[in-house]
Amino acid sequence: MSDVPTLLEMRSITKEFPGVKALSDVNLVVRAGEIHAICGENGAGKSTLMKVLSGVYPHGTYDGKIVYQGSESKFSDIRASEKAGIVIIHQELALIPGMSIAENIFLGNEPRKRGAIDWKAANRMALDLMARVGLEEDPDTLIKDIGVGKQQLVEIAKAFAKDVKLLILDEPTAALNEADSRHLLDLLRGFRSRGVTSIIISHKLNEIEAIADQITILRDGRTVETLDVKADGVDEDRIVRGMVGRELSSRFPDHTPKIGEVFFEVRNWNVRHPISADRQVCKNESFVVRRGEIVGFAGLMGAGRTELAMSVFGRSYGVYESGTIIKDGKEIVLKSVADAIDHGLAYVSEDRKAIGLNLLDDIKSSTVAAKLSKISHRGVLSEVEEYQAAEAYRKELRTKAPTVDENVGKLSGGNQQKVVLAKWMFTDPDLLILDEPTRGIDVGAKYEIYGIIQRLAEQGKGVVVISSELPELIGLCDRIYTVFEGAITGEIARADATPETLMKQMTSTKKMLTR
Amino acid sequence: MSRLKDLQKNLFGGTTSNARQFGMIFTLVAIVVLFQILTDGLTLRSDNLIALFQQNSYILILAIGMLMVIVAGHIDLSVGSVAAFAGILVAKSMTEWDLPWPAAIVFGLAIGAIIGAWQGFWVAYIGVPAFIVTLAGMLLFRGGNQYIGNANTIPVPEGFREIGSGFLPEFGPNTGYNNGTLLLGLVAALAVVWRELQARKTRRAMDADPAPMWVSILRMAVMVGVIAFAALRFASGRVGTSFPISGLILVVLVIAYSFYTRNTAGGRHIYAVGGNSRAAELSGVKLKRVNFFVMMNMSVLASLAGMIFVARSAASGPQDGNGWELDAIAAVFIGGAAVAGGIGTISGSIVGGLVMAVLNNGLQLMGVGTDRVQIIKGLVLLLAVAIDVYNKSQGRFSIVGSLMRPFRREDSVPPASPPDAEREPAKAAVSG
Repeated sequence: MSDVPTLLEMRSITKEFPGVKALSDVNLVVRAGEIHAICGENGAGKSTLMKVLSGVYPHGTYDGKIVYQGSESKFSDIRASEKAGIVIIHQELALIPGMSIAENIFLGNEPRKRGAIDWKAANRMALDLMARVGLEEDPDTLIKDIGVGKQQLVEIAKAFAKDVKLLILDEPTAALNEADSRHLLDLLRGFRSRGVTSIIISHKLNEIEAIADQITILRDGRTVETLDVKADGVDEDRIVRGMVGRELSSRFPDHTPKIGEVFFEVRNWNVRHPISADRQVCKNESFVVRRGEIVGFAGLMGAGRTELAMSVFGRSYGVYESGTIIKDGKEIVLKSVADAIDHGLAYVSEDRKAIGLNLLDDIKSSTVAAKLSKISHRGVLSEVEEYQAAEAYRKELRTKAPTVDENVGKLSGGNQQKVVLAKWMFTDPDLLILDEPTRGIDVGAKYEIYGIIQRLAEQGKGVVVISSELPELIGLCDRIYTVFEGAITGEIARADATPETLMKQMTSTKKMLTR
Repeated sequence: MSRLKDLQKNLFGGTTSNARQFGMIFTLVAIVVLFQILTDGLTLRSDNLIALFQQNSYILILAIGMLMVIVAGHIDLSVGSVAAFAGILVAKSMTEWDLPWPAAIVFGLAIGAIIGAWQGFWVAYIGVPAFIVTLAGMLLFRGGNQYIGNANTIPVPEGFREIGSGFLPEFGPNTGYNNGTLLLGLVAALAVVWRELQARKTRRAMDADPAPMWVSILRMAVMVGVIAFAALRFASGRVGTSFPISGLILVVLVIAYSFYTRNTAGGRHIYAVGGNSRAAELSGVKLKRVNFFVMMNMSVLASLAGMIFVARSAASGPQDGNGWELDAIAAVFIGGAAVAGGIGTISGSIVGGLVMAVLNNGLQLMGVGTDRVQIIKGLVLLLAVAIDVYNKSQGRFSIVGSLMRPFRREDSVPPASPPDAEREPAKAAVSG
């Protein structure tokens, strides 16, 4: 190990955001010419670490030291890190759809001749770069006319145009099909043989096992361990253990489930993608919810859990194809969100800022927004009842705000989430679907939100929790469904749920039932 | 000192809103006073006030609809052309098809509804941006007006002219004033007192202390004083003039739409759509219906404005309504609406429109040419919005701006100092 020179060393990196410690004392050593994988659950701090490295969080905003190519680096922005040869390729590609491949490759980096862009040289160089990444296209082709896999290659070519020494790929295969993924992995191996160092962040553990030389595992913003794949004989199970191994007790309030009858059922649910009609996002999915039960949905990002929830919630996502919803023994048809609300469904979205709340509104109008009829009398809203309802929920959920006239945009994430919960509790739902209810919320507020969820279940409501944090699902839910690529792949009772079993079901299509 | 603070806090509403409301109303009052001095008292003379209302009522009616369109996140460039199109058809219906004038008014509103349905269809159901749809509408209906009218002017009969140039009738004993206007003033004064008392009641129901009684009385006294002054002015003009009918239509519309936008679910939905359309949709708001409604409503109000204008100028012509859309949009933005939608009030837009109107009128009284009037109006619009944007970027709440989430604020002043005892345990529990 010591005979290979070290390209990058990040020493005891600590990064704090107001109220949250995203990284604490993280160490990362990357040797020259290797493929280094970084693994961890969502929220473990992978992206934050890469943002520190690439200068998105500039030097001075974090503690610790970055030693790159033998000397300490203090990047002030992304340009500085790119100049040093560190290029990061994000999960969401940063390409401009209406521009050609060549234009995208040289965007911000255009070869010039006497002030004007030298398109002849640009096209020639583009062809050369495209050959290196195995992309056979006309450089004048527009980005929107090529598939995601090829777009990914354009991003990599763009990185080479910047003379990359350390290539960072964030979930590079998340959006790719099998063939494209394989091509990309082969490409990375090729780079390795030519001395390019790569860091890869991925949830797909089989790929990591196949390609990485070393794996650094992060958990809760700390380095757990760094594994040498060959020397330590690492397999998927070993990685999973490192990712999830943590005490679960005491992170959840006490709760004795009182589970009743099945009252809500979805049968053979099929939904297509709203834009590309040949993509099926829900493949014949069926599930049931009992009164007083907290049901979890586990799956990787992009597995189709949100799509399932939203399509059930008044067809607010995708194109409905077939499937039935049965509530209290009767089939119901929910063609709009208003129908769903009227039938006692509530959906708390995963992105409360983008689609959950009107950030211009105050707490009181947000609280009543989904059921204005409840405070209306002959069509006229009662301000007094609005105030009283909002105030009651503010007290019950302990939302931290001076008054209910406070603008929701000014609240912290945890308190915004409480307002969203209040908004849906106000609709008196029988079934609450909570999509990532604790994302971006600090530990104290998480505990409170768990308590609220448990109280709702104790009142006899059915609660569905979608979460990417396995410990959260295991600690909170009475039963967990696993979802993989738009299909339900398993149903696991609380007693049998371990991070390992879940992770296994979340990454394969094999059915396993432990009921 | 503490009384002064009380006054500051309570005269115009809550702690954060007082600056906003105060800024807007202060601007209007300052402009009126300024021109009153500069024009040697011409501005507040009866005949000028009456003319001011008659000349601007249709722009202010447009501003009502435009506010709702802009709050929902759209824009309507076609209102001037729609007004002209409805105007010529209504004029024709009376002169050539002998429609009695009340029926012609209904006919005009129906035309507005049809045009609005047309534009609303493209915006809401096809998803064409309102800017494009109404840009097309602007050409379409301007051309329509000139095609139908042969680019000529068509006069309208006497009865119809009332809605544009008529006044409250004379009746009752000879008091030296117009009794109808006095009566209207009395009703308005009573309404103000009733509202204030209602607001106090609402505040008590919200477990909050109402403003000190003397503040309420002072507020009522100021409002009643303004109303009395205005009523006497309007009632004491030349014989045969009084409060204009078009002004009365405006007042009724302002009250009705203010109520609609802040006290009904439909009104709330418009703000929700403009604030975050996806969140609104996921809260059960029927997005398409809201968008369709605001566009349709705008065209109905535009046709009403067009009819009032035609009635006032006694004829419909090919250049009616030119540039109205810009006046209406300016009024809405000066009145504190956000360009991105979701924020704005009817009352703010009316005040914004009045600022422009008084400015226009005052400068003309001073003999300033239209060239310079336009330059000044342009600068005022830019400045008003710039101050707003700057204040927002500084994290302060906009002064001119996002003002008066209607009177809603006034009714629900946040408790001056929430009891600390109640907040502390909540904090402790969270960290524990």
